Amino acid sequence: MEQINLNTNAKNTWCIGCGNFAILNAIRIVLKELIAEGTPAENFVLVSGIGCHAKIVDYININSFYSLHGRVVPVATAIKVANPSLNVICFSGDGDSYGEGLEHLLFAAKRNVDITMIIHNNRVYGLTTGQFTPTSPSGFKGRSTPYGNPEHPFNPLELMLASGASFVARGFSHGIDLLKKLFKEAILHKGFSIIDVLQVCVTFYNMYKYYDERVYEMDNHNELDFNQALVKAKEWDYNTDTKIPLGIFYRTQKPTFEANFHRLNKDVDRINGVKEILKNLNL
Amino acid sequence: MVKEISILIGGKAGDGIDKASIVIAQMLSSIGYRIFVHRDYPSLIRGGHTFSIIRASDIKIYAHKEEIDILIALNAETLDKHRKTLKNKCFYIYDSEQIKMHADACGTGIPINSILKEENAPELMKNSCLLGAFGKATGISWDIIEKTLKITIPKEIDLNLKVAKKGYEYAKELISIEKLQQNSLPVLTGNEALGLGFVAGGLDAYVGYPMTPSSGLLHFLAGLAKQFGLQVIHAENEISVIMMALGFAYTGKKSAVGTSGGGFCLMNEGLSLSGMAEIPVVIVLGQRTGPSTGLPTYTGQTELFYAIYSGHGEFSRMVVAPGNCEQAYYWAATSLGLAWKYQMPSILLSDKTLAESMYSFDLNEIEKIDSNDFLIWDKQLPYKRYLNTDDGISPLCFVPEKNAVIKVNSYEHDEYGITTEDPVITKQMQEKRLRKLEFLKKDLQENYQCVKVYGNLDSQNAILCWGSNTPVCVEVSEKLGFKVIQPVVIHPFPEEQFKKAMIGVRNLISVECNATGQLTDLIRQFGYSVNNKILKYDGRPFSVNELENNLKAL
Repeated sequence: MEQINLNTNAKNTWCIGCGNFAILNAIRIVLKELIAEGTPAENFVLVSGIGCHAKIVDYININSFYSLHGRVVPVATAIKVANPSLNVICFSGDGDSYGEGLEHLLFAAKRNVDITMIIHNNRVYGLTTGQFTPTSPSGFKGRSTPYGNPEHPFNPLELMLASGASFVARGFSHGIDLLKKLFKEAILHKGFSIIDVLQVCVTFYNMYKYYDERVYEMDNHNELDFNQALVKAKEWDYNTDTKIPLGIFYRTQKPTFEANFHRLNKDVDRINGVKEILKNLNL
Repeated sequence: MVKEISILIGGKAGDGIDKASIVIAQMLSSIGYRIFVHRDYPSLIRGGHTFSIIRASDIKIYAHKEEIDILIALNAETLDKHRKTLKNKCFYIYDSEQIKMHADACGTGIPINSILKEENAPELMKNSCLLGAFGKATGISWDIIEKTLKITIPKEIDLNLKVAKKGYEYAKELISIEKLQQNSLPVLTGNEALGLGFVAGGLDAYVGYPMTPSSGLLHFLAGLAKQFGLQVIHAENEISVIMMALGFAYTGKKSAVGTSGGGFCLMNEGLSLSGMAEIPVVIVLGQRTGPSTGLPTYTGQTELFYAIYSGHGEFSRMVVAPGNCEQAYYWAATSLGLAWKYQMPSILLSDKTLAESMYSFDLNEIEKIDSNDFLIWDKQLPYKRYLNTDDGISPLCFVPEKNAVIKVNSYEHDEYGITTEDPVITKQMQEKRLRKLEFLKKDLQENYQCVKVYGNLDSQNAILCWGSNTPVCVEVSEKLGFKVIQPVVIHPFPEEQFKKAMIGVRNLISVECNATGQLTDLIRQFGYSVNNKILKYDGRPFSVNELENNLKAL
């Protein structure tokens, strides 16, 4: 396998033990594999939002669009529509896409645009130093909720299934084997794919032990069955102390958004076209 | 024989007033008249009072007059509201079965329901009946009416023609309109002119979210998507709209967006991103009466400062305010080119008047559009997206490009597009981005008509105006002997050209559709002040008579 160097000169500023390293290492390996298997490196575009997760694009020497907080999806959608031959891989956080940018995320699933969303779901705001997010458990004592989170978390997998996502998975940032598998399958999936990665923030919400005791990889799960996917997605509600299934919950094939656009094989003379329209408007 | 005529047609929303006014405009256009259609409608789907004034003349016109020659009333409210503006109080055409008049009523009553019944025609054909009557009342020959209806209402045309003919036969000739010996011109809205300008300027993608008065641009370009291979998206909100436009631009696709003030508020974070990441985008900001939801379907010129100062942080941008369809076309194309040449956002200030009024459009009046090629990477390795150059403009290349890693970034970044917080690089990059504005300003000063001057060029009395107000100022000034100065480019302010335009002016009167005088305040930054302000902020544009009276009263 040709060893392409995907490192940049950017200094990594994540905390020691941050779950983001597992995501970075896994995606680097997957990108190298895909490049070795024939996808040109320049065909990948990485898009990130704002938050600790987003620094990942500075650490990978691949085309990237370091976007705004919550605004990963619209940028990625347009890049894919502009050129469907590109592989668009998005990194986003739970604050980023489940909070600030939730509307965009729902529409990405609804449209089934062929992009891959990797959600660094640490269930806390890291970069703004420890507030609750849409997936923090109720009662969570964050800096904006010192007496406990008054809200219940929502279940992003259920939301994504309900919104029409055609590939829904969950991973965990302890170990990279499952992440590699999920990332690769998601990137190769034709349609909108999302991987909710339980990514641990060691500084503000260290859940390694909690997750280690509860996560398991799904076995005998029919990922083509939507109802079964919903049942499995509901098994853990991001709030109660139950077992936490990992793996691919759902996958299906359906038409993609970017296939709906008009494209011309050759240039048309714009000025003549305009003149023609004006002629038709002139009775 | 008359060479100018104003027709008012009114009814309730849902009566098809808009369509009927287009047919009248086309009838008159096809016999050589130049057209302006003023549209007044409330923000609702059915009911209310809606009307259009179609003004036709042998010379190009861009504003309406209050006095009208013919009134077409689909309901009693229209007669009540507008009959007083008729020059001849009997020149009105009405539905005599809908509107009960005194026995001595002098207008032309058409028993529309009876005619429809007789022809077994549906109710929605009542306008065809009135259009036929209108044709007769103004002495337009039946073959012109027939031809226009065939093109504008192709559905069930035979029945429509029968109904129109009945209306034609019922009416009597009130005015005789002369057929003019000049070519006819296409009639289009400002939104359509902007759309065609974008197409001519090489637009690849358009993203929008419906909002009056810019929705028409979204509809128009969506209709052209197939013919020109445009990617047109109606996104989930305006935040997404501008972010999608930037995504398109990242791949090398020239993109534009359109909205009104409220939507532009949502776009502000994306606007700043465009400035920071140096990703070009053209934003059509269609102004309406604000603040907030305001009067959604009425006009205003209240966002001049907002366009110049919107967004957070300091970055380069261009702001242009075209005043008519020809300028809209030219500057849509040119803004797109310049946004790409200088890699910055460009805002086109439109408003309800420009966006939705209809104008006779003359492509031959428009000067050649400079292609404004942008700087392409010369393949010298390594590629640096933000190479710091003398003029601040970095060479572009687009994904997928072999041997280039193209990184754009909302954070402060180094030449490679990698995030930095280094004080030296921060300063350098801030200066790089701002430097582009100086080069743009020079380019505009030397190569573009950024300030237009009209009327009596030697007059000491001048009107200062901008955007859609310009044509009405020009028309009145030609009568009163004033000079008119219109800064078309608002930012970077064309100081040199403005200075030249002001030579000899001793009495400067600003005319604006806002309550504070925004252009008036802007020129103060450059050492100019006005002697008088005429401001209108009731949501309606100036009519010719109204502005004339205001000027005379000074």
